[in-house]
Amino acid sequence: MAQDLLDVTFAALADPTRRAILARLARGEATVTELAEPFAMSQPAISKHLKVLERAGLVARGRDAQRRPCRLVAQPLKNANEWLGGYRRYWDEAFTELDLVLEGEIQHPERRGETD
Amino acid sequence: MRRTLSVTKSGDHEIVMTRSFDAPRALVFDAWTKPELVRRWFGPRDCEVVECEIDLRVGGGWRYRLRHGGGMEMLLQGVYQEIDRPGRLISLETNEDCEASEGEALATLTLVEHDGVTTLTQVVRYGSKRIRDAVLESGMERGVGEGFEKLAELVAAPVKVGAR
Repeated sequence: MAQDLLDVTFAALADPTRRAILARLARGEATVTELAEPFAMSQPAISKHLKVLERAGLVARGRDAQRRPCRLVAQPLKNANEWLGGYRRYWDEAFTELDLVLEGEIQHPERRGETD
Repeated sequence: MRRTLSVTKSGDHEIVMTRSFDAPRALVFDAWTKPELVRRWFGPRDCEVVECEIDLRVGGGWRYRLRHGGGMEMLLQGVYQEIDRPGRLISLETNEDCEASEGEALATLTLVEHDGVTTLTQVVRYGSKRIRDAVLESGMERGVGEGFEKLAELVAAPVKVGAR
């Protein structure tokens, strides 16, 4: 995944209000009014956060002129999660150990008596 | 210089990993195929390889049992399809204890050596895009909700100065 897309995603996530908005949208669509409700924050302030999330491709707004419900767009989160995810970490840790094992084998080859 | 691990998707079914090592490829090949070496590095940091059996021949099986610090175990096993020391190793694997992975996966390991540095490439091919994506995304957890919470935790955590 492109580094700049990751940057935009992580920047969008680096705010507790925005993370809370995403957590709410993960449970289903919501209007701006519904999203603003749990926060001691005005709707324009929530809208600002939504704009950041939209620009990061994490939220999409509906076209219904009256309600314009917001919904979560999962793919950028999945991409970010892949980057942070267990698969990469699993192998990164294992290969770090492998570096040490290889170094040890190169420095002390006396144990390698087996024929190949 | 620290070597960087690259993990990417290829097509709809594959995960490709690349990593370089400061070692001859015969040694890297041995590290993947000799139990006494495999035990010392395989798996994540908080897991111990408690069982490691390798029958290194075409049609032969390998079997690793990993035990997590918390006591949970994971069994990994496969059957060798092609063995071409020191450059190529292919096996068909099943990871029964990994939630995300279903059925079998074909893992192709290739080692190329240049100026004493060996570049390892492993291509693992899964039965479907869905399985491939689930494996890549999993940290042993599933779902956007769970993954997102974990992500949020990580983004919120303060960066440790001086940490590697």
